[in-house]
Amino acid sequence: MVPDQVNGREQIPYKGVGKYIPDANRHAPRIASCANYPANGDKRLKDLKAALEKSGLRDGMTISTHHHFRNGDLLANQVFDIAHEMGVKDLTWFPSASFPCHEHLVQYLEDGTIHHIEGSMNGPLGQYVSEGRMNGTGVLRSHGGRYQAVQDGEVQIDIAVIGSPTADPFGNANGLSGDSACGLLGFALADSQYADQVIVATDNLVEFPCIPWQIQGNYVDHVVEVERLGDPGQIVSGTTRITRSPDRLMLAELTARFCDAAGIIRDGFSFQSGAGGTSLAVGEYFRQIMQEKKIRARFARGGSNQYLVSMLEEGLVDYILDGQTFDLDGVRSMAENPNHVWTSPFTSYNYHSKGNFAGMVDVVILGATEVDTSFNANVVTHSDGSLLHGIGGWQNCLFSKTVILPIPLFRDRIPVVKDRVTTLCGPGELIDVIVTERGIAINPLRKDLVEATRDSGLPIKTIEELKSEAERICGVPRSAEFEDEVVAVIKWVDGTIIDAVRKVRQE
Amino acid sequence: MAGNTGDKVRSDCRIKLTLAEKGGIVINMESKVTVMYGEANLQLVREIMEFFGIHHATIDIEDSGALPHVLAARLEVCIKKISNTRKEYLLPISRGEIVGGEPGRFRRSRLYLPGNTPAMMINAGIHQSDGIILDLEDSVAAERKDEARILVRNALRNIDFFGAERMVRINQLPLGLEDTAILAPHGVELILIPKCEEDWQVHEVEKVVSSTLEKTGPDQQIFFMPIIESALGVENAFRIASASKNVVAMAIGLEDLCADLGVARTAGGKESFFARTRIVNACKAAGIQPIDSVFSDVTNMEALLENVKKSAALGFEGMGCIHPGQIRVIHQGFRPGEPEVEKALKILEAYREARKNGLGVVSLGSKMIDAPVVARAEQTLQLARKYRLIK
Repeated sequence: MVPDQVNGREQIPYKGVGKYIPDANRHAPRIASCANYPANGDKRLKDLKAALEKSGLRDGMTISTHHHFRNGDLLANQVFDIAHEMGVKDLTWFPSASFPCHEHLVQYLEDGTIHHIEGSMNGPLGQYVSEGRMNGTGVLRSHGGRYQAVQDGEVQIDIAVIGSPTADPFGNANGLSGDSACGLLGFALADSQYADQVIVATDNLVEFPCIPWQIQGNYVDHVVEVERLGDPGQIVSGTTRITRSPDRLMLAELTARFCDAAGIIRDGFSFQSGAGGTSLAVGEYFRQIMQEKKIRARFARGGSNQYLVSMLEEGLVDYILDGQTFDLDGVRSMAENPNHVWTSPFTSYNYHSKGNFAGMVDVVILGATEVDTSFNANVVTHSDGSLLHGIGGWQNCLFSKTVILPIPLFRDRIPVVKDRVTTLCGPGELIDVIVTERGIAINPLRKDLVEATRDSGLPIKTIEELKSEAERICGVPRSAEFEDEVVAVIKWVDGTIIDAVRKVRQE
Repeated sequence: MAGNTGDKVRSDCRIKLTLAEKGGIVINMESKVTVMYGEANLQLVREIMEFFGIHHATIDIEDSGALPHVLAARLEVCIKKISNTRKEYLLPISRGEIVGGEPGRFRRSRLYLPGNTPAMMINAGIHQSDGIILDLEDSVAAERKDEARILVRNALRNIDFFGAERMVRINQLPLGLEDTAILAPHGVELILIPKCEEDWQVHEVEKVVSSTLEKTGPDQQIFFMPIIESALGVENAFRIASASKNVVAMAIGLEDLCADLGVARTAGGKESFFARTRIVNACKAAGIQPIDSVFSDVTNMEALLENVKKSAALGFEGMGCIHPGQIRVIHQGFRPGEPEVEKALKILEAYREARKNGLGVVSLGSKMIDAPVVARAEQTLQLARKYRLIK
């Protein structure tokens, strides 16, 4: 059962894929008037504190920040340092994602500066929430679900603080240059459009106009200069390297061979592959197959990195529709190459829109912490019940034409294929193929894929066979035990609640 | 104390055992998998203590996801360090079937795995090398030999290598004889005898195998692959290769050999040319497979392929690998080329045609075909059949 009330708000339980179709109007922000803004367009204030004060920061507000600096983000911590200094309490933090660098904020959850977090809770924050120590209930949403929640008025942002690697005094901003360059600012788009107060913070102020304006100054209330927004080494971190693990390489190769056998890799196809080491390797195997077949992809969606950029530059991919830039090659390419296009959760993922890009992608390669024999998958909790990851764009990508999860059958004795996932994040009907190093399971709903790969020589097995093999090797795992207390809820892409994370029972 | 712990250690555990006078069995376990397997692990530990008749002890375990056979191996070593027991705690066998018994099976690739690193063993079979070597010799530190031996014994019983030939490289004699006595009953199919210089070394190992299997079973044949790694070994190559019917292959180890010769090992390999051809010749004379040394640059697959092709051209039929990524390249390198196979097919066709027509002299185009040419063509086709290139 999922709760019908979360943090004092009514909730709608998950109804099924495509079943919840609200009949209502979108949320609308307050009407702004030019008369209230400097006629010369100079919206600068002396510092972040001044901007937060001018924005009316007070108890109980919802404050948003964004994760385009990933683990190098220095801004969110500064925002809450100031809130704490001002003695403000019971804030809701609405990040597009959190990272281990935000462990600093645990003290503000402890002392009541922050009441609860609505956003992906990673690492130390996830652990804190799992232990039931946060005052309110965590709410986890996908990137598309975050845009949807803002647009539908489910979350009303009081103050959005947008870290902008380059900005002008009017508030036009982009992520393409400056010391904190991160590529694009798409995760902040909804916040700029819908938040009551919008602060652009930059460490690279340029004269008007800042071109291109990924964030439009017309939405921005205040502009402040800060010394540093992020740690460049962590913004474009070294995580985006192809795996060297022979087992993971094998997973990637099997995935690519599967796609080839299923007829997915054909001239003009499209794909999305994550930034993890295995996903990057899948991309490289795609490259080899495409070169051999002398074909090219029409577009690649998702995060960009050096490997994808080289495919664009070699003519193997016509367009990159980029949602998040993972390294400096990605940043450079986006700045130079008109075919490397920045996107946002609105264009790519938003479910309450007149369509989005996710469904047009031929094949998407994703990860998961667990999968069950009904092909349901979990990306947020570990098998011991602790909340350790965010959803990211994962749920949204499930709408792609073929969804493939290459995952090891077990990790350090922890089986990945189980009877039942600890937390349901994605319904099995949207998950088509599980690729493990010991066999590939195809969702029986995908008769076409079963048929197409029947004589491929690939190690096709049933999902039950995979589960038994994992248990034969690791033993039958005991499930985590939980208290009744709900510590976080998982939203489906349409704003309904698909599952709840409960407090882990301590011995 | 036994086992490994640390940030990078996976699928292993470190155990410290302290005997006590009273107080029963006290287990302090820190584990990444407490929720899933904590209870099962505690039960296993208690069972093992009971098996060895220890009733009072403190056991500290740092577990990073060790499978039961690993946990059991680590604990058994701890117990053996403080008591003289010869008992062995064996979990039920859970590996796949052993086919075994075919002296001439493919041994193109054999993957070396360090004998005291459980994480590398679990998935080794999925990479489909012809053989997997659990190594007790150079990859295991001197003070860890006992640990590795028990771990390897359990791995032989409890890990499925998906049909790869189950090999163990024992230590140099005499330590290697102790390894052999412990491991022979547990499903090892081939023993690599390192630093082999004289035929008696093969005989010694063979004696231990026979006497052990006589006592314990199973009724199984264990093959040998001596490794020649010294000038003396090279000189005695034929005697070693023909020391026993169980010697089915012989390998060359170039690092040690070059050291013994006092020369640097180069990419071109001129310095070991004599030794390599000598090994090939000895093996062919004895009717066994000559196997080449490992190629140590695991990142350079092009150089590896070139190396394999050279090796195949000299007559070697296999090569060691130290990274799963090398396996496929090695198989590719030993595969007969398409033109070679086609030519062999034509030769045999022409030969059969001529025989049918009662012709004494056979020719294909302008070339004469005599018996050795036919024999060579047959060998090529045999290899092509093994690779399933032809039916």
